[in-house]
Amino acid sequence: MSFIKKPNARHPNLPKNKLGLTRRDYEGALSTLCAGCGHDSVSSAIIEACFQLSIPAHRLAKLSGIGCSSKTPTYFLNKSHGFNSVHGRMPSVATGANLANRDLYYLGVSGDGDTASIGLGQFCHIMRRRLNMVYICENNGTYGLTKGQFSATNDKESKSRKGVDNMFESIDLAALAIQLGAGFVARSFSGDKDQLIPLIRAALSYKGFAFIDVISPCVTFNNHAQSTKSYEYFREHNEAVGFLDVIPENEEISVNYAEGKSIEVNVHDGSKMLLHKLNKSYDPGSRRKAIGKINDSRDKGEIITGLIYLDQNEEDLHDTLLTTEKPLNQLKKKDLSPGLKKLRQVNKSFS
Amino acid sequence: MTKVNDFVIKFANVNGSGSASANLMFAKTIFRMGIPVSPKNIFPSNIQGLPTWYEIRVNKDGYIARRDGVDCLIALNPQTYQSDLKELVKGGYLIYDSTMERKFPRKDINVIGIPMASICAEHYDDPRQRQLFKNIICLGALSVLFKIDISVLKGLIKEEFQKKPKLIEPNLHALGLGRKYAQENLSSDFGLQLKLMKQKSKKIMIQGNEASGLGCIFAGATVASWYPITPSTSLAEAFEKYLHMFRSDSKGNIKGAVVQAEDELSAIGMAIGANWNGARAFTATSGPGVSLMSEFLGLAYFAEIPLVLFNIQRGGPSTGMPTRTQQSDILSSAYASHGDTTQILLFPSDPKECFEMSVDAFDIAERLQTPVIFMSDLDIGMNDWVVDELTYDDKHNFDRGKVLSAKDLDSIEMWGRYLDIDGDGIPYRTIPGTHPSKGSFFTRGTSHDAFAGYTEDGRINAENLLRITKKFNKSTKYLPKSIRRNAKNKTDVGLIYFGSTTPAVDEAIDYLSEEGYDINKIRIRSFPFDKTLENFISENDHLFILEQNRDAQMKFLISNELEVDINQFVSILNFDGSPLTAKFIVDEFKSKVKNNKKIIAKVKKSRTAA
Repeated sequence: MSFIKKPNARHPNLPKNKLGLTRRDYEGALSTLCAGCGHDSVSSAIIEACFQLSIPAHRLAKLSGIGCSSKTPTYFLNKSHGFNSVHGRMPSVATGANLANRDLYYLGVSGDGDTASIGLGQFCHIMRRRLNMVYICENNGTYGLTKGQFSATNDKESKSRKGVDNMFESIDLAALAIQLGAGFVARSFSGDKDQLIPLIRAALSYKGFAFIDVISPCVTFNNHAQSTKSYEYFREHNEAVGFLDVIPENEEISVNYAEGKSIEVNVHDGSKMLLHKLNKSYDPGSRRKAIGKINDSRDKGEIITGLIYLDQNEEDLHDTLLTTEKPLNQLKKKDLSPGLKKLRQVNKSFS
Repeated sequence: MTKVNDFVIKFANVNGSGSASANLMFAKTIFRMGIPVSPKNIFPSNIQGLPTWYEIRVNKDGYIARRDGVDCLIALNPQTYQSDLKELVKGGYLIYDSTMERKFPRKDINVIGIPMASICAEHYDDPRQRQLFKNIICLGALSVLFKIDISVLKGLIKEEFQKKPKLIEPNLHALGLGRKYAQENLSSDFGLQLKLMKQKSKKIMIQGNEASGLGCIFAGATVASWYPITPSTSLAEAFEKYLHMFRSDSKGNIKGAVVQAEDELSAIGMAIGANWNGARAFTATSGPGVSLMSEFLGLAYFAEIPLVLFNIQRGGPSTGMPTRTQQSDILSSAYASHGDTTQILLFPSDPKECFEMSVDAFDIAERLQTPVIFMSDLDIGMNDWVVDELTYDDKHNFDRGKVLSAKDLDSIEMWGRYLDIDGDGIPYRTIPGTHPSKGSFFTRGTSHDAFAGYTEDGRINAENLLRITKKFNKSTKYLPKSIRRNAKNKTDVGLIYFGSTTPAVDEAIDYLSEEGYDINKIRIRSFPFDKTLENFISENDHLFILEQNRDAQMKFLISNELEVDINQFVSILNFDGSPLTAKFIVDEFKSKVKNNKKIIAKVKKSRTAA
């Protein structure tokens, strides 16, 4: 971590977005994570994506659990409300928050300890419910804050820094997400800004549960030669299924791609996603094929990245519950309390 | 000699046999006849085949606690004949299905056989119908024996099957079969009689969980997240029912959301998330659920997020007696979670108070920005109680507490989430999405300063903890007050109690007073404790605390919190899982005072004077 305070001075000619805001307006406090931590790159990608989308920061709530990754919401979007909840329970807090106000963006950031171990249950159920949110798992296969224990996403063939074998099967969070109903499932790498930023943009524009499993190496405890979550290992074994362009509302698609290789998707907020497939036969609209692709790559020792699965039928929990359009937290007594006259009717039914 | 409107009827059934609705109809008929009545459902943690009982006490004087001794036993479960028989009072009535005639080993009771199964076999072919109509045939026979106003009963059947009108006629027919048999075969000198009475005030018969669920609607709760657990389930279900009834718009959209969570951890997490984001949200559970929720309760306490948690207590420890009643979560709720934590508790005593306190609970939680735990129990929550009609003041506005609007934020120079501006320990909060550039903060369970920033500065953390203590010390003015009643004659004997034991206490104190024991009483309605309780303790020399748990938890809580000598209290404890009887209190009280020379001397003096 750095002990230098961030200066308040700004360059007068910083580029501005549609809201007239600069990237600096989307920043947060200075990171206290280890120098070179993959998580800091994810924070930067979040800042860039929100800047590009011109999201009013106060209309986004950032939530997290416990762990290194869960500290990161302090390091971006300091004009947003944040909620650092308890270990593994971010999904339930996000669910409640979203139920209270369906009009905000919800961005959850958690780690693999939160997501694949203590909070695995909550992670599974939030996907079943298709909560409208973006869930980023900063996945480094290790428990950083408690100094380097294996996590449940650590591959069986991987070893600890001290050469100890990991003896247990790993959980593939992306495959699990597809299985359990997440509508937008992607995997990326903290070191690949070009892939990650468009994915976060697309996820924020998507209505439904968007999950991004970001391999984010832990430079202190899990970045050695025998780790499968190191920078080096990832760069050697990464197989992108495609790359993604997000075209904002009212903007023309200006690039032409070979026919049959790109898919155009309209997103509910008016923007478009252009998914360029690197493999013509790959179909990100099929749950079965997407899970198959993950498993196939895994068998080959590869990690696939990019937008792996996309359900174009955008639907969220409020659609299921038939919640009223107006956010629940804005309803007033006249909307909510039936009053004495109605109570008298209830009394009658018990008399 | 005939007993009129003062006896106990007990149905012994097999669960899953359709007896519950017939039994309830019987109780409701008595209620509609204007007679004070209290039914208690004593049921197993099981769906089908195990014994279940339904005990109805009828009392013209209005005593509605449970009473020992059964005057009329409707024994429909051969599994429990022997033990049920023992409860019958001398001269009591045993009614059984005499399709298979049998002898009972007691000469001092009256046995009445009604061949219910054979009447059913004669009139119905379908086995399920035979089973269900047996209960209605029994009801028909009982209506003749007890001389029940038949129009009341018929009216109830019509209401019961309002939504399935095809069933009205067959049920009335079955009722007629039972009546016909009784009229033709049974003697008319049955010694128990129900006579119409005039109610002093307008009453309803309702369960506490129903009233609480309804209260949440009136309180403006919009999010309910819960996990099924007996005996709290019916509360969330009632809320959902009324949500659809009162909060659906013309398009079928609903002004509220109910989520059945995957577990209690998630249930409370959702409620906290929703409250944090400015909706009124609650969760409902029982002891095991509170254990699971403890971690989150600490977060809500420390991060100062409002929350209403219904704890419908059941028998503990562990899975305990899931379908029996206790008041055994007092300490685990009062100090729920690790570290220095204290929680606000409310103690309702009946369904009417469940409604009122549920409405108030949300105001209290938002005013104090902390969880409020609503300490009901199975007896209040799941039994039907006859109470005064529910009322609501339309002029009452929600107290949302100290929440800053965008306009407020514009006019404020400096704001800190945990700054104590008003000196009452309660800071100002902001809701996400309110203002583009002001009022955002980071909610956390880690130690924080007045501006919600992370700190490991021990002094700052201690200051923050002390501010929260200040908030709690000043909280009692927002909480329901203790209610005290002094005995007619001056006395220094005092009884402290709370919750569902109230009817038994009221009755016991009347009996004891007739015997010359004068007792002042005080009913605790909330924690932290108020001045009224403190005064009561200092004004009475002989203090008794009644509670339904083994460890005298309320006694410990009072001694610990009010810093008073624990040895001055005498505990009266009951933890067998049954709703309390007045007799239990009377017997326990007398056995505890028999060696107290001062009290006995006073009793003797008052008896001589009388």
